[in-house]
Amino acid sequence: MMRFLEPDLNPPRYKVALVSSVALILAALASSLVIWGFGVNPLEAIGAILKGTFGDWAGFAEIIRRAIPLLLIGAGLSLAFRAKFFNIGAEGQLLMGAACAGGVALFSPLSGAVGIIAMFAAGFVGGALWCWIPAFLRQRLNVSEILSTLMLNYVATFLLLWLIGGPWKGKTVFGYNRSDPFPDWAILPLIPGTYIHWITLLLGLILSVILQIVLLRSRFGYELQVVGGNPRAAQYAGISSSKVIFGVALISGGLAGLAGVGEVAGIHNRLLDPSQISLGYGFTAIIVAWLARGNPLTVILSSLLMGFVFASGDVLKLNLGMPTKVVDVISGLTLFFLIGSEPFMLLKRRKKV
Amino acid sequence: MENVLLELKNITKRFPGVVANDQVSLSLYKGEIHALLGENGAGKTTLISMLYGLLRPDEGEIWMHGKSVAMRSPNQAIALGIGLVPQHPLLVAKHTALENLALGLTTGALLELNSLRKRFLEISQRYGLAVSPDVPVWQLSAGEKQRLELLRALARGSQILILDEPTAALAPLEVEQLFKVLAQLRLEGLAVVMISHKLEEVLSICDRVTVLRKGKVVASQAIGGLSKADLSRMMVGREVTFERSKTVQKAGQILLEVKNICANSDQGLEALKNISFDVNSGEILGIAGVSGNGQLELAEVLAGLRTGSSGELHFLGSSIASDLPDQRFKKGIAHIPEDRIGQGIVPELSVMDNLALRGYAQAPLGGTFLNPQAMLSFALERISSFDIATPSPHTRARTLSGGNIQKIILARELSGDPKLILAIHPTHGLDVGATEGVHRTLLEAREKGVGVLLISEDLDEILLLSDRVAVMHSGKIKGIFETQTADRNQIGALMAGSSL
Repeated sequence: MMRFLEPDLNPPRYKVALVSSVALILAALASSLVIWGFGVNPLEAIGAILKGTFGDWAGFAEIIRRAIPLLLIGAGLSLAFRAKFFNIGAEGQLLMGAACAGGVALFSPLSGAVGIIAMFAAGFVGGALWCWIPAFLRQRLNVSEILSTLMLNYVATFLLLWLIGGPWKGKTVFGYNRSDPFPDWAILPLIPGTYIHWITLLLGLILSVILQIVLLRSRFGYELQVVGGNPRAAQYAGISSSKVIFGVALISGGLAGLAGVGEVAGIHNRLLDPSQISLGYGFTAIIVAWLARGNPLTVILSSLLMGFVFASGDVLKLNLGMPTKVVDVISGLTLFFLIGSEPFMLLKRRKKV
Repeated sequence: MENVLLELKNITKRFPGVVANDQVSLSLYKGEIHALLGENGAGKTTLISMLYGLLRPDEGEIWMHGKSVAMRSPNQAIALGIGLVPQHPLLVAKHTALENLALGLTTGALLELNSLRKRFLEISQRYGLAVSPDVPVWQLSAGEKQRLELLRALARGSQILILDEPTAALAPLEVEQLFKVLAQLRLEGLAVVMISHKLEEVLSICDRVTVLRKGKVVASQAIGGLSKADLSRMMVGREVTFERSKTVQKAGQILLEVKNICANSDQGLEALKNISFDVNSGEILGIAGVSGNGQLELAEVLAGLRTGSSGELHFLGSSIASDLPDQRFKKGIAHIPEDRIGQGIVPELSVMDNLALRGYAQAPLGGTFLNPQAMLSFALERISSFDIATPSPHTRARTLSGGNIQKIILARELSGDPKLILAIHPTHGLDVGATEGVHRTLLEAREKGVGVLLISEDLDEILLLSDRVAVMHSGKIKGIFETQTADRNQIGALMAGSSL
């Protein structure tokens, strides 16, 4: 095959767009097969999805609601991945952010705007500290952050389960393992008629712009790219790898924490089972960051795409009675086709010499 | 033509954007040592790879024994009697020399070490390839490893031997030994193809030469009557000077004082044992020695990348032992690192970003925030003054040639008007033209009163450029000489480990 193809080091944008679109269409076709396997007519399903998402404002709002946590986490992860810090523990960092915000909401004497700011701050700190542990282990003891971040997801899950079943278990929830509802001040305002907690959305948009500037225009961003691109060159130039690694760990963990705040204070208004707080946003955000090629600004687009996949899953579940796990299958297929399309982007037809 | 062992007929090989070999034809005769010359990127490696079955030609044929053969894999090449001695030995470090020989020679299920040992000793004796069979490979010197590679190729019954830069890592004495072996092989009717950048060596040992330039054969002829200048003109396509004009400098002030430095290697072994020397302004101090004798550790200690276990380090009279690499650079110590791609640049970043590696943290290029305009104009100025061949400042550095990558490093390191340059193997792997450029840059810096510490494996380079030569062996400085009065043989002997 290589006789006819050669590497394309700088693929033009239209080609990237074209190849990605073809991959997405193929993913949709493959998903249709899965849907058909459940005995549902794929055309009917696609019709229902389009109607349920792009058909009206309420449907579209669902896409945005799902995209909010993905946007925050994905923006942070794109920086971490650029620095070759493979944080795959955003799920746990999200939960720790949610727990810390819940603590502020349930037990602090604060209220009003100050209270909301304190919730987000606590969420950021919770997520950041949860990610600081693997960064510390990596820099001091050379522990692979891939394993430690992954494992800490489980620790976070069980920590939260313990909290809501034990010390923080609500007085009015009877047999359920969940906290009491948050006080009114700790409930984020929604855009009327939707579940869009716009404060978190705005935070996500602003932070992805800021991180893009930090990445490309700041000293920290430059050092981050050098450390990620060639650690020995960083050492040679006197750049502290530790500073960069701790920096991206705190940023990516903190943003995941913020996403957790948005979910509990914007949607659920209490602490509850981890699997209900996050539908695997911390993992899906890895795809989001990857699709955006490590650009926080592009994460706005890729988070909407994966938000659409989530929203489609809801439609399939509610309108057509399909299992929720079908979302995982569809996002898996989407990722599969997008990654599989990569070689087509990076190769071009050999010109006759 | 009975004496022809192998013929390449109109071989063409294309890679993306380049024709690596364009209608290359050459003949190999029995009992000859054939030099294959060319600049980096001229197509030597491609040609060798096709000869050894690693690549297949797009067009053209390889003829052996009067018929066309298809070289599909190294196994097939070996079966046809072609042996390759790679530049960097491909041996299993934990196994003994004999066990490494067994690798690739064993056909049955059992290792027949006894009969192999007989064969090993027989070949070793016949060609004067001294390697002890029962020593693990990691304990062997570079020269011994190479002899083992040669031995392995001969044990497989090779009639044609391909040697890729065989002298690059050898001390002068080992080079002499190697050439004796090659002469013996020639006597026995084997054909040797030798890739080399060292023209003196080519002139001294080879019978015929094929010169490639931009993938084409510019000459394939007997070597008699050719001079060094002829060969390099063929390679580069223009006159290349080998004279490096050096003015006599007045003794300058002492820039760098190294006193009793000791340091350990990564493995925790003692790599530097009581190293002491000075570097003065306006002089080039060459450190000669075979790689692996502590040069790497010395360079790292001086650049601030490794902490010495004891000793003192003074620059312009004050201690720099606790300064970080970037602080040393700011004080005027530039560093051209040994591993230019692995350490000197960030391959995935642009030429512009790589040029900013020393200046991004302060004005005018940067600070807390970068200044893209200043970075771009700085890059454009550097690209033009150092003649860096790049499509644009935004091109990724990794797509450039080795020579241009070295120019990026030089352009960046010399940007702060350094007082001292640590030049570590600055021309390793560069072709004649690029080497000339690097030499000129270092000599110009010297004229301006900059001190240069030049670490190189290439003794000729050291003698050509240095005012003084220090010889390093097994972590010690074995002696420091004025270059003008130095005795090349004595230096060679010290490099090989003998004492004064």
